[in-house]
Amino acid sequence: MTFRERLQAWRYNLVPDHLVGEILTKRWTDNAIPFLALVATLGVFGSIIPGFFKLNSLQESTRQLGEFSLVVIGMTVVMLGGGIDLSVGSIFALSCFSAVYVFFILEQSIWLALAAAWATGLIFGAINGYLVGYLRLRAFLTTLVTFIFGRALFDILVSTYAADVQLSQASSDVLDFIGDGTFWGLSVSVWLAVILAIVTHIALTRSRPGWHVLAVGGSRRSAHNAGIRVRRTVFMTYVFSGFCSSIGGFLIACRLSGAGPGTGLNLEIMALTAAVVGGVSLGGGRGSVVKGLMGAIIVLTMTNGLIRLGYGTGTNQMVLGILLAVAVTIDIRWLKNRHKVLNEVYVAPVYLKMGETQSAAPGSGTPYELDNRLSAADHIGLGELEGPEDVILDRDDHLYCGTRHGEIVRFFAPDYKRSEVFAHIGGFPLGLAFDRQGNLISCVGAMGLYSVSPDREVKRLSAETSRSWTSIVDDARLRDPNDCDIAPDGRIYFTDSTKRYDAHDWALDSIENRATGRLLVYDPKDGSTKTLLDGYRYTNGVCMAHDGKSLFFAESWACRVHRYWLEGPKAGTAECVIRDMPGYPDNINRASDGNYWMAWLGMRTPSFDLSLRHPDMRKRMTRRLPQDEWLFPNINTGGVVKFNETGGIVETLGDLSGAAHPMVTSMREHKGYLFVGGILNNRIGRYKISGADPNWTSPASYWGAKA
Amino acid sequence: MNAIGWPNWRRLNQEGIVFAIAVLLFAAAALGLPGFLTADNLVAIVRSVSVLGILALGMALVIIGRGIDLSAVAIMAMSVAWYLQLLNTGTSDGLAFAYVLAGVLAIGLLNGFLVAYADVPAIFVTLATGSFVFGYVRSQLITQDAVPVPQGHWVELLGGVRFLDIPVEVFVFAGLAFLVFLFLRYTKWGRFIYFAGDNPVAARNIGIPVRPMLVLRYALSAVVALIAGLLTAASLHSINTRVVNSTLLYDIVLVAVIGGIGLSGGRGGVRNVLVGAALIGILLNAMTIIDIPLLYQNLIKAAILLGAIIVDGIINPRDEQTAQQGDI
Repeated sequence: MTFRERLQAWRYNLVPDHLVGEILTKRWTDNAIPFLALVATLGVFGSIIPGFFKLNSLQESTRQLGEFSLVVIGMTVVMLGGGIDLSVGSIFALSCFSAVYVFFILEQSIWLALAAAWATGLIFGAINGYLVGYLRLRAFLTTLVTFIFGRALFDILVSTYAADVQLSQASSDVLDFIGDGTFWGLSVSVWLAVILAIVTHIALTRSRPGWHVLAVGGSRRSAHNAGIRVRRTVFMTYVFSGFCSSIGGFLIACRLSGAGPGTGLNLEIMALTAAVVGGVSLGGGRGSVVKGLMGAIIVLTMTNGLIRLGYGTGTNQMVLGILLAVAVTIDIRWLKNRHKVLNEVYVAPVYLKMGETQSAAPGSGTPYELDNRLSAADHIGLGELEGPEDVILDRDDHLYCGTRHGEIVRFFAPDYKRSEVFAHIGGFPLGLAFDRQGNLISCVGAMGLYSVSPDREVKRLSAETSRSWTSIVDDARLRDPNDCDIAPDGRIYFTDSTKRYDAHDWALDSIENRATGRLLVYDPKDGSTKTLLDGYRYTNGVCMAHDGKSLFFAESWACRVHRYWLEGPKAGTAECVIRDMPGYPDNINRASDGNYWMAWLGMRTPSFDLSLRHPDMRKRMTRRLPQDEWLFPNINTGGVVKFNETGGIVETLGDLSGAAHPMVTSMREHKGYLFVGGILNNRIGRYKISGADPNWTSPASYWGAKA
Repeated sequence: MNAIGWPNWRRLNQEGIVFAIAVLLFAAAALGLPGFLTADNLVAIVRSVSVLGILALGMALVIIGRGIDLSAVAIMAMSVAWYLQLLNTGTSDGLAFAYVLAGVLAIGLLNGFLVAYADVPAIFVTLATGSFVFGYVRSQLITQDAVPVPQGHWVELLGGVRFLDIPVEVFVFAGLAFLVFLFLRYTKWGRFIYFAGDNPVAARNIGIPVRPMLVLRYALSAVVALIAGLLTAASLHSINTRVVNSTLLYDIVLVAVIGGIGLSGGRGGVRNVLVGAALIGILLNAMTIIDIPLLYQNLIKAAILLGAIIVDGIINPRDEQTAQQGDI
C-alpha cells in the first residue's frame, strides 16, 4: 500500500463522514439550532447579569414569561396553519381592558372578568379568522390592519376610563392570587402556559383538528383535495390565537390591576420573533409548541436582559430586528437547502482495496471461465415480466417469481405459458423460500419479511429488528431485505443489505461501499427478529447447507461468500469460504448434486476496483456528476457459479451474447432444469442441466418427500 | 365597448371609484365645512399630503414589483435624525450627509438583497430592518427622541422656501411624481417592474434581471424615504423619531392601496398614488376641521384601510399559481 493510499484509508475509513448526513436526516435537527440558541442566550445573560438565576428574579421574569408564552402558543398555531397573526398585541391589550373594565368599573366578579376577556379574544380572533380564512385575504396585512384598529380602539378606551379604574375600590383575593401568588413555587401564569402548551401539543400531534392544521399549513391545496375544510381550519387557528392572547391579557390585568397605554406594546413583533427564532416555519406546516416556547424564552431573556443591563430606549427593537431577520433568513435558507445539503453530504465513500482475482474471461482456463451456455435457455414470460429477482418452484412444479410491481406471479406447470398474479404485496418482492407448511416467504425490498399462505393470504412477519445503541440512522427498520432461507427448525434467516440506503438506491450503496449489511433471523415461535451479524458490504443471497447445520451468505460488494454456523463447535460464527471472486454474488441455492448454485449479478471491472481505492474521487463524482454518468459496478454481464461444500468452484455458466441473461440474480434447480431470474430482466430462463438428477426438487430437499 | 353605447361599467375600476369619492368628499367638505374651500386650506391639504405622497411613491415602486417596504418610515425618521445629530455634534455637512446617504443605501440594499437573493418574504425583511434601524439609531446614535435642525442650516432654510405661496415640498412631490412616472412608463426597467410584479418566475424565465431590479427598488424606496425625511425636518425644524411608532406607515400603505395599486403586484402607477393621496389628504383635513380627536382619526383610518384591503382582496385575488411559499 502506498503512502497516499494509507492516508486515504485513514481519512475515509476512520473519519465518520457518514454521520453528518445521518444527523441531517433527523427531524430533530430542526430543533437543534433554536435549542443551542436557547442555551447560549441563557448562558450569556445568566453569567453577565448578577442574580439572574436567583429565585426572586426568576419568579418575576417567569410571570411575564407565562403571559408571553401564552401569546406565542397562539401565534405558533396560526403559523403552523400557514398564516400569521400580528394582532395578538391588540387582542392582548383589549382583553386586558375588558377584564379591567368588568372588574373595576362594573365591579363584577373576577370570573365574569375572565369571561369578558375570553369573549373579547374570541370575537377578535373570529374577525381575523373570517377575513383571512373565509375571505382569503393576506394574513400579514390583514392582521396588521386589525392590529392598528384594535390598538386605536384600546387607546381610546384607556384614555377614557383610566381615571375611573384608578378610583375603583374593587378588590378580590382571587385576583391578587392570580397576579402575585404562587402555586407549588410557580406563578399562575406559568402553570397556565404549561397546561396550555401540553394540551396544544397533544392536540397538534395526536388529534384530528391538530393534524388538519398541520396539513393545511403544509400544503393548502393538498389538504383541500384530501377533503379537509381548509377555510374553517384557518378560521379556527385565528380564534385559538385570540383565545390564547385573551388569557395573557387577563393575567396581565390581574398582575397590574389595570391597563395602561403600554399594555401589549410591541407584543406582536416579539411573539413573531419568538416563534420564528424557535424554528416555527413561515408558510406553515413545520414547527411545534416546544419550538415556540424555546423562542419565547430566548426573546424574553434577551429583551429583559438588555433592559436590566441598562441599555437605552430602542435597544429592544434593534435586537428584535436582528433576531427576526437572522431567524427568518436561516429558516428560509434551511428549508430550501436542507435536502440539497443532504444529497451532497449523505454519500460518504470508504476506502477498500479489493483482492486480486482470477480471470473469468472465456478461454482463460480458470474455474470462473464464462461460457455461452445460458444463452441457450428457453424463456418463460418474455415481455410479460418485469424484474423477477428470485424464482422458486413448488411441489406441483408451478413457478413463482416477484416483480417490480410488488406482485408475486405464478406460472403454471408444465409449459409455463399461463400465468396469474398469485398475491399482491407491494414493495419489490426479492428473495423467496417455501417453509414446511408450503407458505411462500418473501423478502420484500423496502418493506420487510412477508409470508404468503397457499390460499394467498399475505402476512407481515417482520419489518424491524432491535435498534443498536450507537447507530444514528434508524437501523431497527429493515431497509433492504434481500434474500431468505429457512432452517429445519423453521427459523427464517434473512439478509438486510444496507442500513443507509433504500432498496432502489443500491447503486449509491455500492459507490459508498460502507459495510452495513446484516444477517438476521426471524423466529416464527415468538415472532422476534434478531440481528446475528453486522458489518458486511451488502449481504445478499442466503442458502441453508444441505445438512441444515450451517448457511452460506453472499457479501456482494466484497465479492465474498461466508459460511455461518448454526450448530456445532463454531455455532454463531462466520467464516469466509470464497473470497476475491471476479463477479458480484447474489442469491445462493441448493443444487441436486450436493453443491450450491450462486448467481452473479455483475462482474468486477478494473476501473471500479480502482475507484474503490479512491474514495475522494467517488465523493466528488456523486456530488458533481449527474447520476447517469456515475461509475458503479458493471451489471451488464453476470453468470451462474456452482461451488461445493468447502467453497471450491465447480463450474461457471454465462451468457456471452448478453441477449438472454446478461445479469443473473437468482437461479433455482428443479427436476433437471435450472430456472434463471434477473432483477433487471424481462423473462425467466429455463436451462436443461446435463447430467442433473431429473427428480430432485428443492421443496423435497428441504422438507422431505411429499407427505 | 358595446355597440349600443351604454356606459361600460366593467371599465369602472377602483381608481375611478376612489377618484369619484374624492371629488364627492371634496364637494361635500367645500359645501359643509366652513373654511375648507380657502386658498390657505387647500395649500395646507396639498402640503400635508406631500410627504405622505412622496413616501407612497417609493412604496408604489415596491408594491408594483410585488413587495412591500415596512421600513420606509423608520428609514425616513432615523436617517434624518442621525444626520441632524451628526450636524449638532459638529461633523461637517458633506461628511455627515455622505454617512447618512451611505447608511440609507446600505439598508435599502440589505432589504433588497435579503428579498431577492435570500428569498425571504419582503414583509418580514422590512419589518425586521425597520425595527433594527429604529432601535439601532435610537439606542446607539442619537440621545433623545426629537432632534432639532441646527440654526441656519440649509434644511431649515428649505422649509421656508415658497414659490407662488406654495411650499417647496409640494414641488418636490410633483417633481418626484413626474420622475417616477417617466421611469415606470418610458424606461425599460420601469416596464419590467410590472412584469416582475405580475409573475416573477415568468419574468425571470424570459431573461429579465428580476433580482437586481428588486434590489434597485428597495434602494430607491430608501432614498425616497430620506428625501421625505428631509422635507419633514424642513417644515417642522426638527425630526421626532416617535413618528416611527405612529400610524404613518399604515397611512402610506393606505394611500397606495386605496389608490388602486394592487398588493399582489403588477398593477397601478403614479396616477393611483395621486388619487389615493388626494382622498386621504381631503379626508384628514376634513376630520381635522370637524375636530375629531387624533385617536378617533386613527380608528377611522384603520377602518378605511381594512375596507380597502378587503376590496383589494376581492378585486385582485391572490394568484395561487404564482404565489410563493411563505408568501403570506
